[in-house]
Amino acid sequence: MNFIQQDVPLNWYLLLSAALFCLGIVGFLLKRNIITVFMSIELMLNAVNLSFVTFAHQWHAVKGQIFVFFVMMVAAAEAAVGLAIIIAVFRVRNTLSVDRIDLMKL
Amino acid sequence: MNVPLHLWLIPLLPLAGFLLNGILGSRLPKWLVTTIALLAPLGAFGAVVYAYLSLNSIAPPPCVTTPCGPPGWVYTSLPHVETFGTWISLSSLHIDFSFALDQLTLVMLLVVTGVGFLIHIYSVGYMHGDPGYARYFSYLNLFLFFMTTLVLAGNVLVMFVGWEGVGLASYLLIGFWFNKTSAASAGMKAFVVNRIGDFGFLIGIFFLLANFGTLTFSEIATKLAASPAWTGGVLTTICLCLLVGATGKSAQLPLYVWLPDAMEGPTPVSALIHAATMVTAGVYMIARFHFLFDRSPFALSIVAIIGAATALFAATMGLAQNDIKRVLAYSTISQLGYMFLGCGVAAYSAAIFHLMTHAFFKALLFLGAGSAIHALGGEQDLRKMGGLRKKIPITFWTMTAAVLAISGFPGLSGFFSKDAILAAAFQQGTLGKALWAVGVFTAGLTALYMFRLWYLAFIGDSRDEHAHPHEGPWSILGPLVLLAILSIGGGWVSFGGRFYDFLAPVTGPRAESGPGSLEYILMGIAVGVGLLGWLIAHFNYKPGSARVSAAALAAEPTGFTKLLAHKYYVDEIYHAVFVRPLLITSRYILWWAVDSALLGGAAWLLGGIATLGGAILQRWQSGNLRSYAAWLAAGAATVLLFAFYASIGTYLGAHGIDVHWMGR
Repeated sequence: MNFIQQDVPLNWYLLLSAALFCLGIVGFLLKRNIITVFMSIELMLNAVNLSFVTFAHQWHAVKGQIFVFFVMMVAAAEAAVGLAIIIAVFRVRNTLSVDRIDLMKL
Repeated sequence: MNVPLHLWLIPLLPLAGFLLNGILGSRLPKWLVTTIALLAPLGAFGAVVYAYLSLNSIAPPPCVTTPCGPPGWVYTSLPHVETFGTWISLSSLHIDFSFALDQLTLVMLLVVTGVGFLIHIYSVGYMHGDPGYARYFSYLNLFLFFMTTLVLAGNVLVMFVGWEGVGLASYLLIGFWFNKTSAASAGMKAFVVNRIGDFGFLIGIFFLLANFGTLTFSEIATKLAASPAWTGGVLTTICLCLLVGATGKSAQLPLYVWLPDAMEGPTPVSALIHAATMVTAGVYMIARFHFLFDRSPFALSIVAIIGAATALFAATMGLAQNDIKRVLAYSTISQLGYMFLGCGVAAYSAAIFHLMTHAFFKALLFLGAGSAIHALGGEQDLRKMGGLRKKIPITFWTMTAAVLAISGFPGLSGFFSKDAILAAAFQQGTLGKALWAVGVFTAGLTALYMFRLWYLAFIGDSRDEHAHPHEGPWSILGPLVLLAILSIGGGWVSFGGRFYDFLAPVTGPRAESGPGSLEYILMGIAVGVGLLGWLIAHFNYKPGSARVSAAALAAEPTGFTKLLAHKYYVDEIYHAVFVRPLLITSRYILWWAVDSALLGGAAWLLGGIATLGGAILQRWQSGNLRSYAAWLAAGAATVLLFAFYASIGTYLGAHGIDVHWMGR
């Protein structure tokens, strides 16, 4: 722990977090496969988790780490529900492309 | 303390009849509809008679101050006012729902409900096969409701409610057979022409309110009596405005044009509304406002001139009509002219007297004509009648009584009332003598056109061999006989001046009729002129004379007769002068320019902008998940951006640098 604190500056963690978040956004926006889109969301959540942990470490505050657990819990619940929805949609529509799941369009 | 007279029953019973028959009538059996329809006017008539009998026993003056008569009775003096609640209450303006009963009201109520009841009975026979039986009776009851409201009203506003209401009932009943285009448009014509008159009435009401601060008849009379020197001026204006209203409702020049067309309605309606009761509302209104008219000699002379001119004008038009009901319609206008003449020479009680006798004989004439039309299966053309005397004798004899009464045959009702008006007119200076001459000449014309009708319809041989006339049921004949009795004997209520004395507390003492010998001379002249009219009719229209030959009847009228047959082209002139410009203005300026171009364009423009905006924004809702996500991301980025710059602004602001953006 010590060497992290000394050798790797805070900024790097934040930059890594931002990079992961942007990767998640890009994946979310560009990928058509719904499972990939789903994974991109998880990536963004984890990027946020990383910055939470970083700040918690920086300020010696435990609240940030508690929030990470909350986020992980929500992500797990979301994964369960989301995957169930994806399976249900696939059974009906026989496709995983988000561009073709547009029944609600005007 | 007042004797309870239950005045509210008089209009409310017909209203109940209207509601019952109007809402449930089509589901009720016919006998029940008939019972309801007849009980309503009968009950109202009973209430009026009860009021009359209760009040009649007051008459001796000592009884007014000290109670006398049967124990338990506390007598009151007229007018008897009943108030049912407040209508409008503003700082200085207070208007109640109130009814007032006085001698004038009583006479009108007896005529309206009495004749109204007889015509209801007649209608049972006349309308028995009509699919709109219940609707017809509900309208008839509605009319009685409004007419009694009009007559009983204690202030001008309640009167106006009745005034408008009878117009509505008249419209509904003229257009009763609404499938007939002519009937529907006649109803609209009556309504529109009446609106013009009502506009004048309304302006008159506003003037009254502005000058007296009250609309109650008795209060206006009291305020007027308090300033005896107040004549002319604004009072003339008020009177002329009221006169416009009266000419509309009572079909006087120049607003009489709706009445002949109103004959499109069922014949009993013509008898009740367009002869006996509603059209006399104008006369009643002027008599009711006599204290105003008395203060404006100018307005009075206008009333008299309009009356005399209408009487003459309408009588000449009646000479050349071939539709039996139209002859009677013009006769009605002419007789209403007499009543206006009577009002105009301040002989209000004589005018009301003629109103009453006219209600009897003109209702009888219409009902008799209806009986003849009924007997001939709907034929209204005099040229196709003839010889009905033998076929329908009861109708013939009752009609004869009515024809004699309207022609002023001595001893019959029309003789007394017409003479009273003419004698009063003769007393009013040069103008009065001129109007008297017009009236007497019109009396001759009256006899002429009535006997023309009589000869053409009843005398000689039938001109239509396909017709098999038959007398109607008792419900048609009963009212005819009763009205014939009234037409013959109704004039005798004025014997010895009793009728005028009865009305004197309301309309003032009877107009001076001059020395007795003069009265008899005038009477003799009027009777002589009437006789002359009959002689002319006799020589022209008796069986075998040239004018009743088939060729003469079929020929197109020429010369002056043509002018009369076309009613002086008044309808055509009105059409060219008023209706067409109005239609052109409505169509091209109001409809095309204002409505379509201006209003429609503005609405279209606004709608177009909204539609266009919607069409553009619709693209946004692509249904594409990734595009939504992109907008979400863009939104989040924008919020971040603003927050970033805002924090810079806050930073700069903290260091004394003013940054003018984002509302900071």
